[in-house]
Amino acid sequence: MSEPTVRAAERLEPLVVETSEGAQGLQRRETTPASELSREVGSVLRVDGHAFDPNSVDYERRDDETMIINMGPSHPSTHGVLRIMLELDGEFVLRAKPVIGYLHTGMEKTGEELSYVQGATNVTRMDYLSPVTNELSYSMAVESLLGIEVPERATWIRMMMSELNRISSHLVWMATNGMDLGSTSMMIYGFRERELILAFFEKTAGLRLNLNYVRPGGVAADLPDGWEDDVTVICDTIDERTYEYDQLLTGQPIFRERMVGVAPITAEEALALSVTGPLLRSTGVPWDLRRTMPYLAYDQVDFDVIVGTYGDNFDRYAIRLNEIRESIRIVRQCVEMMPRGDYRSQDPKVTPPPRARIGESMEALIHHFKLFTEGFHVPEGEVYSAIESPRGEIGCYLVSDGGPKPYRIHVRAPSFVNLQAVPLLMRGGSMSDAITVVSTVDPIMGEVDR
Amino acid sequence: MIELPANAPAGVITADVLKSDVGCFPTREQYFGLVSAFKADGFELCADLCGVDYLEHAGRALPEGVEATRFEVVVNLLSMSKRQRVRIRVQAGTESPAVDSLFPIYPGTEAMEREAFDMFGILFNGHPDLTRILMPEDWEGHPLRKDYGAGRVPVQFKEAPGPR
Repeated sequence: MSEPTVRAAERLEPLVVETSEGAQGLQRRETTPASELSREVGSVLRVDGHAFDPNSVDYERRDDETMIINMGPSHPSTHGVLRIMLELDGEFVLRAKPVIGYLHTGMEKTGEELSYVQGATNVTRMDYLSPVTNELSYSMAVESLLGIEVPERATWIRMMMSELNRISSHLVWMATNGMDLGSTSMMIYGFRERELILAFFEKTAGLRLNLNYVRPGGVAADLPDGWEDDVTVICDTIDERTYEYDQLLTGQPIFRERMVGVAPITAEEALALSVTGPLLRSTGVPWDLRRTMPYLAYDQVDFDVIVGTYGDNFDRYAIRLNEIRESIRIVRQCVEMMPRGDYRSQDPKVTPPPRARIGESMEALIHHFKLFTEGFHVPEGEVYSAIESPRGEIGCYLVSDGGPKPYRIHVRAPSFVNLQAVPLLMRGGSMSDAITVVSTVDPIMGEVDR
Repeated sequence: MIELPANAPAGVITADVLKSDVGCFPTREQYFGLVSAFKADGFELCADLCGVDYLEHAGRALPEGVEATRFEVVVNLLSMSKRQRVRIRVQAGTESPAVDSLFPIYPGTEAMEREAFDMFGILFNGHPDLTRILMPEDWEGHPLRKDYGAGRVPVQFKEAPGPR
């Protein structure tokens, strides 16, 4: 009779090797250089002038008192494939480090191989919850290099669509945040309301998620017949339901326990970490590109920038809930003030000839063919165009060498930058607060990894 | 064209970039001092930092006096008080590109510099944790370089795990 063997013990070493990210992961204290340790515990942010102060780092703690555990990359509350390595003392987080790249598909490299016409299909897949803002920042960069004017109606359609998209993105956030905190009914409600907007997107652009609707020169299609009624119904319904969310969550004791005063961040820390969007506004900095550096026609509509006070989880929740209401206000004004005219530029350089002309004119056919095979040439230059996405400043840095494809396309992804605040927000909190931190920072992994 | 901050290093070349942004073209020695001066001058936020590989576009338009190198680091600073953006393009070198890290000035550039290192192999002196960020740790090469040859290099994956 053979001896019973314990197979788990044999597997331990290979498992560690298989999942190791080497130097990218969180290292044990004794092997971490002082500069890196002080960054990971955020001490670089706690001293004046952000200089390194070795005294503010706790070197005394030994490794056998703490434990490094791994959360993700396939943890349900990491909203994708975010891996966070945590150093814990009992239940409290001493250090945290996000390990990213599990969804990296080289979209910036792909962008260099696609023509400017095709480029919008690429960037729309980065932040999959707010495709319109991705396309918009890309299209504005291309238009800025081309020097073409977008018709007024296209501008207003773009504005309305990006606000609808902001609503749908914040609704998903409300849903997943509710789910993370154990409110499964909020999760159902959030996705239910978002469905209204996605149905309208499908009616308008033909697609629900990766719209490819905003393109250089304008938008892909005019709004469908009866769009005013559709949009008004969406606004009325969601506006009414935000007050139901208020009743469900805002005053709810369990919800407040986990949100109020948890994971605060100061304005100085947020600015030093280049954080933007609701995360920055929750600290009391009234910075919203729609108001402070207006693009499209945001200077012609009336809306409020929602600002928090304490920079905690609850402020970030309240900002997003109220931004839904402000976006509804903007959409209602778009319905009222939508101008007539073209939905795309009539510049033949970027716009294909009308369908009817292709059948009767050889030149129009050649023109159409050239536009979709070779694409249009963009003058040499470089440009950075930044707009406000639901998560913060999304920017597109575009370099053109005069050819039909971008020489370099870089997307400044708000989630990628905001993720740097996660170790700071988690520090000192309990393990369960770490879940709420990931939730309220709202990283979209498609955009983080690109 | 704006005025450079008062304590900026002498001799920084500036040029207008498109409509609204101002471009500065410091040398590698002037780079850190110039960004510090901008920070002191009210540019609170480092909005973006990325690398560009100009291998196939070496003859790009640059102001007179700037010596073009293959790699360039592009920094976009944002001043909330002035509502202004400024772009800083530093020529990072050709063979072994390296510039100073902006981490002591803007800790938020930490991840962006790691991305530029990962994608282009540009080194950032003084960065606390210069490791790959998007690619796996054992990846060879820097994918966004123009001579990387996407599609021509066999895809590398980690060795398939053994049976559990």
